[in-house]
Amino acid sequence: MSATTTSSAPGPLTDDTARGGLDAARVSWSTGGRLILDGVDCTAPAGAVTGLLGPNGSGKSTLLRVLAGVQPPSEGHGAPSVRFGGADLLGLPRRRRARTLALVEQEASTGLPLSVRDAVLLGRIPHRSLLAGDSDADREVADRALATLGLTAFADREVTTLSGGERQRVHMARALAQEPALILLDEPTNHLDIAAQLDALRTLRDLADAGVTVLAALHDLNLAAQHCDHVVLLSRGRVVASGPVTDVLVPDVVDPVYGVRTEVLRHPRTGRPVLTFSPAG
Amino acid sequence: MTALRAAVARDEARDGARTSPSSPVPARRRGGAWWVPVSVLVLASSVLVAVTIGPADLSVAEVARSVVTHLGLGGLLDVAPPERLADAMVWQLRLPRVLTAAAVGAGLAVCGVVMQSLTRNPLADPYLLGLSSGASLGAVLVLVVGMTALLPVAAFAGAVAALVAALTLAGAIGTITPTRTVLAGLAVGQLAAAATSFVIFWSATGDSYREILSWLMGSVAGSTWTSVAITGVAAGVLGSVLASTGSVLDAFTFGDTSAAALGVPVARVRWLLLVGVALLTGALVSQSGSIGFVGLILPHAVRLLSGARHRLLLPLSALCGASFLVWADTLARTVFAPREVPVGIITAAIGAPVFAALLWKGRRAGVGGA
Repeated sequence: MSATTTSSAPGPLTDDTARGGLDAARVSWSTGGRLILDGVDCTAPAGAVTGLLGPNGSGKSTLLRVLAGVQPPSEGHGAPSVRFGGADLLGLPRRRRARTLALVEQEASTGLPLSVRDAVLLGRIPHRSLLAGDSDADREVADRALATLGLTAFADREVTTLSGGERQRVHMARALAQEPALILLDEPTNHLDIAAQLDALRTLRDLADAGVTVLAALHDLNLAAQHCDHVVLLSRGRVVASGPVTDVLVPDVVDPVYGVRTEVLRHPRTGRPVLTFSPAG
Repeated sequence: MTALRAAVARDEARDGARTSPSSPVPARRRGGAWWVPVSVLVLASSVLVAVTIGPADLSVAEVARSVVTHLGLGGLLDVAPPERLADAMVWQLRLPRVLTAAAVGAGLAVCGVVMQSLTRNPLADPYLLGLSSGASLGAVLVLVVGMTALLPVAAFAGAVAALVAALTLAGAIGTITPTRTVLAGLAVGQLAAAATSFVIFWSATGDSYREILSWLMGSVAGSTWTSVAITGVAAGVLGSVLASTGSVLDAFTFGDTSAAALGVPVARVRWLLLVGVALLTGALVSQSGSIGFVGLILPHAVRLLSGARHRLLLPLSALCGASFLVWADTLARTVFAPREVPVGIITAAIGAPVFAALLWKGRRAGVGGA
């Protein structure tokens, strides 16, 4: 375990990571004197689905916001660095950053009567002048994103009339319309029924297959075990372990972080780990 | 991203396998860009017709003749010069008033759209958030000390002070929710209104009640060509600047984080747009007093026609706001003729029920959750 459980060692670097993946180092963030992120190092290889795991309050959402450039990191452990495919994400101009990466927030909502298509078209904003309207190319990209998420039939519905799962798909379609090479998602399966969860994860897999770097904060360890290639486990703002699912989702690592007793079974069909939990002690 | 495109294209095949819409809600009308020329026509004819209405009825032809002559086109179009009394009525009294109403209505509607979108608060409006009352106070203060030249500046300063006070107060109570913002705005607005009344009483002349009413309720009575110039330039210039920010405001639809993730410099944009709103409100209020609810009702009504995209919503709200206030003012000066009521009473009579309906509609969406 020593290779994967220290907070300073980055996850396994493949050639893909060096070429296109996300590589963050020494990311810290504090508010009101409280350190929320404490020198996080994490990588997400290109063309893979990386799960960001950790208990409530471990800093998953904050890390995603800092990586997305929505929140500047604070100095903690030397100069923080967030690199993607060799480019310095933190130093990138906003609009270029928004063309490189997309962030799917948890439960972003609106009270305004916006149609699904218009909501997805918002993803084109970084691709055109702020004074310009939608071009035919923009509409084409948006239509493809709608189709990918199975939303074509919903295109003229109002976002506010959709169910939680449908809304989540709208947000993912908006992220796709940004045509990002890196997509960051904050609990994309939250509040979805199981079929919708699987739908969302299948979309992430397709994106990864297309070469996109996917980093998704997930609550459910078993979903991560079944659908992620790599995982990064956070606890109290630090990376406790990172690497392939089979290395990280083991009792020795999981038990102290979540304060539970874990048993790992094998999925009869996929051979992937299935975790069951009982109270500690 | 060709790989992504390929994957996306491949996925279109499986699209049909997904669920169809979960409930049969009718699709919203889309596009609707043709509403713009329609509203331009409505506004132009509203202005012409509104000018004919009054104690002495004039004909549209008389109004047109007067306007054409004053624009120096009389010879060109071979129009006979207007009759002098009718001409004075059109050019000196009614037209400045109607045009001021149009400019104020357009400006307030744009301010409403921008504030609602920036704060994601469907109840935001320059009047409800206290900006208008703050601007009134600033205006009255400089009028009392006789520095008329500073009128627009003081009104702007008053609007900014009220905005800062309202947002600070709302933030001090806790998380800034729409309801808290409105409550804070009401508190600030009431205080500014009381101060305005006090200042007018202190410097009392014979007509102070009427004057207080016209500042607090808003009125475009007695508008001159100077009022038209100030409100017209403000609504034209600032309104166009604000109206050109459509895409930026669109980016705020799902909140600040979302906007930032779309590459918008959130803090700077918010600051600039709110200053723009305060400037415009200040300029309008310095001429009309605080007319309520225009900025609240118009954006909501127009969204029903145009959808929530700002590139269409902003200009359309301006045009409809202009027509709306022209007719509201026409009502204000004719319904109880020969008495005249402040136009703010008319807009409040229409706007307050709409406000209540919005509160009612928003009770589940958390709009009412203080």
